[in-house]
Amino acid sequence: MALERRHTVRYTATPKFRGFTRGDLSSYQLMQGGPTASEPPFQLRGTSFTIMVLKIVDPCDTQFFHLLADKVRQAPGFFRNAPIVIDLDGLGPKTEVDFARFSTALRDLGLMVVGLQGGGKRQQAEAAAAGFALLPARATRAEVMLPPKATDERAPEIPYQRSTRIVTEPVRSGRQIYAQNGDLVITAMVSPGAELLADGSIHVYGALRGRALAGVSGDSAARIFCHCLEAELVSIAGIYQLSEDMGANVLSKQVQVYLHEGHLRIEPLTF
Amino acid sequence: MAKIIVMSSGKGGVGKTTSSAAFGTGLALKGYKTCIIDFDVGLRNLDIIMGCERRVVFDFINVIHGDARLNQALIKDKRVENLFILPTSQTRDKEALTREGVGHVLEDLRRDFDYVICDSPAGIERGALMALYFADHAIIVTNPEVSSVRDSDRMLGVIQAKSHRAENNLEPVREHLLITRYDPARVERGEMLKLADVQELLAIPLLGVIPESPAVLRASNIGVPVVLDEQSNAGLAYSDAVARFLGESVEHRFLKASRKGLLDRLIRRIA
Repeated sequence: MALERRHTVRYTATPKFRGFTRGDLSSYQLMQGGPTASEPPFQLRGTSFTIMVLKIVDPCDTQFFHLLADKVRQAPGFFRNAPIVIDLDGLGPKTEVDFARFSTALRDLGLMVVGLQGGGKRQQAEAAAAGFALLPARATRAEVMLPPKATDERAPEIPYQRSTRIVTEPVRSGRQIYAQNGDLVITAMVSPGAELLADGSIHVYGALRGRALAGVSGDSAARIFCHCLEAELVSIAGIYQLSEDMGANVLSKQVQVYLHEGHLRIEPLTF
Repeated sequence: MAKIIVMSSGKGGVGKTTSSAAFGTGLALKGYKTCIIDFDVGLRNLDIIMGCERRVVFDFINVIHGDARLNQALIKDKRVENLFILPTSQTRDKEALTREGVGHVLEDLRRDFDYVICDSPAGIERGALMALYFADHAIIVTNPEVSSVRDSDRMLGVIQAKSHRAENNLEPVREHLLITRYDPARVERGEMLKLADVQELLAIPLLGVIPESPAVLRASNIGVPVVLDEQSNAGLAYSDAVARFLGESVEHRFLKASRKGLLDRLIRRIA
């Protein structure tokens, strides 16, 4: 199997008023809503999401779910309750797949199967019966595959659906802020005794006097940036350093903190 | 409609009760009808500092539990017009405070008074939380000392999160910094945090700096709020702070160590 990097699902739905005359339309609207009934009680609109696609290469491999579980363990925060689309194009339309069992097995890993992409007529019918949505097959073009990670299992590529959390007030002692699935930006000071956590990077446009932990779900590419480093502790993906071990060349300076080959580096930001 | 001010700090022993007594008396001297409430149930000392401990019949807890009416418990100050004290129970503890009860008492006080000062106990538990819950203004009493500053910072975070205004998304509680026991000579020797350091660490508007003064101990022993001692620097500094709170622009005094002349130094050495 292979996890593809991106696949955009775009769906639109518009109510189709076929065969209604103008007069009928207003009575249709009256049926939809309450007494005044000019506003329907729902909204249908098109939107797009980035969803992971699980392409099945060999469903008979006994190691299938074991290896998939390993992959999920590398970035548990990212994969938890993530929507997944199954791609059967590699198997051919005749291959038998037990969709219900597949869906349950994936749910045990925390992955929610929401649909089937492509597939033959019989596969589509069986998938629909098992509650899958049917999504259009990809147009044939060069597929973009993640390069196989032979080395460095500690640094998986995480295609984030990022959202940045911005805090503009000082973060007082005792307060804990966790920016899930994204970066954290603070445009004020962070007091000693405060804790900042983020799945992504942390940016403090002020004095950082508390603790900052970036990449808490395992992203070792996360960094910490601050205007004035007076932190009690900094950490990236679990690798940490205390203030007493930070050199005088970086204390109270503008710095960035990052991981290089498993070691924490703190470097002044000079322009 | 009265403004409710909480005199808070987090740390114990920094001067909350002294400041509640002095500030409340200062407001009354300016003509505002003021009530000071003791929230330190079980460890009451506002009545001692105000010199009315022998006139306590009913207290705050009696009023909350309906055993007495508010005007039976309020003690009118003998020296200053417009000044009232609501003492608390010495035999009960902070479990006796209920949010509903406190709310009712404050509602009644709001109608008749201009200012209500809530003298908070130390800590961030029930007593302190009750004292800060209904506040419009918070005066954070801080000693120029690292653990006091840390606790004040924590307190600011608690007020921002747990006040009635915070819970209901109203305009936030207005914060004011009151530094007490400031000793300019020790600051100049580098033994004590200087004003600028405390301001940088807490980042809230400065209401006043009260110098360390033997007059404070004298005043509490005789039960007279120190603001009534016009000979003392501390008393004058409290007056300045009240004026600033009411909107007057007053320069900060008593920030520099006084330079003794040659004669003073000679006399000192002989004596």
